[in-house]
Amino acid sequence: MPQAAETIPTSLFEGADQGYSIKLDAFEGPLDLLLHLIRKNEVDIYDIPISLITRQYLDYLKLMKELNLDLAGDFLVMASTLLQIKSRMLLPLPEPEEGEGEEQEDPRAELVRRLIEYQRYRDAGLELGARELLGREVFARPCADGCCLEGFVPADDGPIELDLFELSEAFNQLLARIPTARAHEVAGQDTLSIVDAINEILSRLDGHESMEFESLFLDDMSRERMIVTFLALLELCRIKLLKVIQNSRYGAIHIFPSVAATDNDGASDALPFA
Amino acid sequence: MHFPSLNAIIEGLLFVSDGPMTLDRLTELLPDYERASVRLAVQELRDDYEQRGAGVHLVEVAGGWQLRTVPELMPYLSRMVKGRPARFSQSALETLAIVAYRQPITRQEIEYLRGVDTGAVLKTLLEKKLVKILGKKDIPGRPIIYGTTREFLEVFNLKDLKGLPTLREIQSLDEVPIFEVQEELPLGGEQRGEP
Repeated sequence: MPQAAETIPTSLFEGADQGYSIKLDAFEGPLDLLLHLIRKNEVDIYDIPISLITRQYLDYLKLMKELNLDLAGDFLVMASTLLQIKSRMLLPLPEPEEGEGEEQEDPRAELVRRLIEYQRYRDAGLELGARELLGREVFARPCADGCCLEGFVPADDGPIELDLFELSEAFNQLLARIPTARAHEVAGQDTLSIVDAINEILSRLDGHESMEFESLFLDDMSRERMIVTFLALLELCRIKLLKVIQNSRYGAIHIFPSVAATDNDGASDALPFA
Repeated sequence: MHFPSLNAIIEGLLFVSDGPMTLDRLTELLPDYERASVRLAVQELRDDYEQRGAGVHLVEVAGGWQLRTVPELMPYLSRMVKGRPARFSQSALETLAIVAYRQPITRQEIEYLRGVDTGAVLKTLLEKKLVKILGKKDIPGRPIIYGTTREFLEVFNLKDLKGLPTLREIQSLDEVPIFEVQEELPLGGEQRGEP
């Protein structure tokens, strides 16, 4: 936290030491920095003067340190890669093995490949960003509060099968609701195995067409029990006894017994806990 | 009131729809009409908007049709629309591009291509529903593989993944791909045995 500074910093570095944070448009990563250096020096990417580029790269790292920028570990990894390439280029090439006419690969080859590959995706990213984006250049109806990312309903009204990410997001919301720690809880009273939880879910679903995801988790359930119930739900999905479906994006999540459940033979075959 | 034309009916449907409408969906809603005539009507409608120089036009996006404002209206509309428009950082765009062109792809492969940790960016993209988990890759560790979503196509105004701008080809680049082609594994497949 930048405290109200008593003294006016005389230099940038002093300021940094006293907790001023300076936001600079830093490079996205080591590859971005390398590309910048290559462009700045106007050198051929296929014939990188490795000692020049390595020196400038290390100078930049030093500068970042002085400016107190967060120096990501990835930058250091690249520094060591550069130094390794440099030292390999200094070593004399070993005599080619007889009979094997294979050419020694330039030590820089892999780096060049990565740089070029990276440049392609960086450019493609810029091109994507320059498109006419929904909610930025073009608008559609309804545009919920300017953020067109939210509130989209797919054109086809059929139910949506959830992916794992959405399901675990919903579970995290549930978990957030219950208090984390309850003092003096007696352990061992409320143990529930996944098998028990599976049976419980199935018996509660029995006779119903569907259930709401949230109603699986009773309010007085302990955290452990909720987790076990959730694991049981995942297991049931995995063995395809249940289907988890949302009627609309961000809508309530419903649990359906899938068709396999009515097919009794098939179901008991698939159940590893039977 | 006179009997509405097919074009007018479709225009109404598209106006009310809150997302891109596929031709399938339109045909389903209009059982009295042939699919071919529905398609023709959609095209006529699109040309009609184009010729009139209207403020909205009919665009093909995410496999469907949607009425969207023309980009020229942006300065006027952004005044009306509350909140900040979607902004994408360079790292988000880079990551999206890699996922879009290379899907299915693991986080490790993305990080190799970008040279930096991508966990936070990937999480944001997942939360914004631009990227989704496709399944797991069948290699040791079974890492998660990612792909782009339908929302990605909608937001980035793309008809389909083939509509992505072609990657700039770099001459005399090795043809060897860095990663071999990988099979997509569905989540919750038939495999079992692990607890």
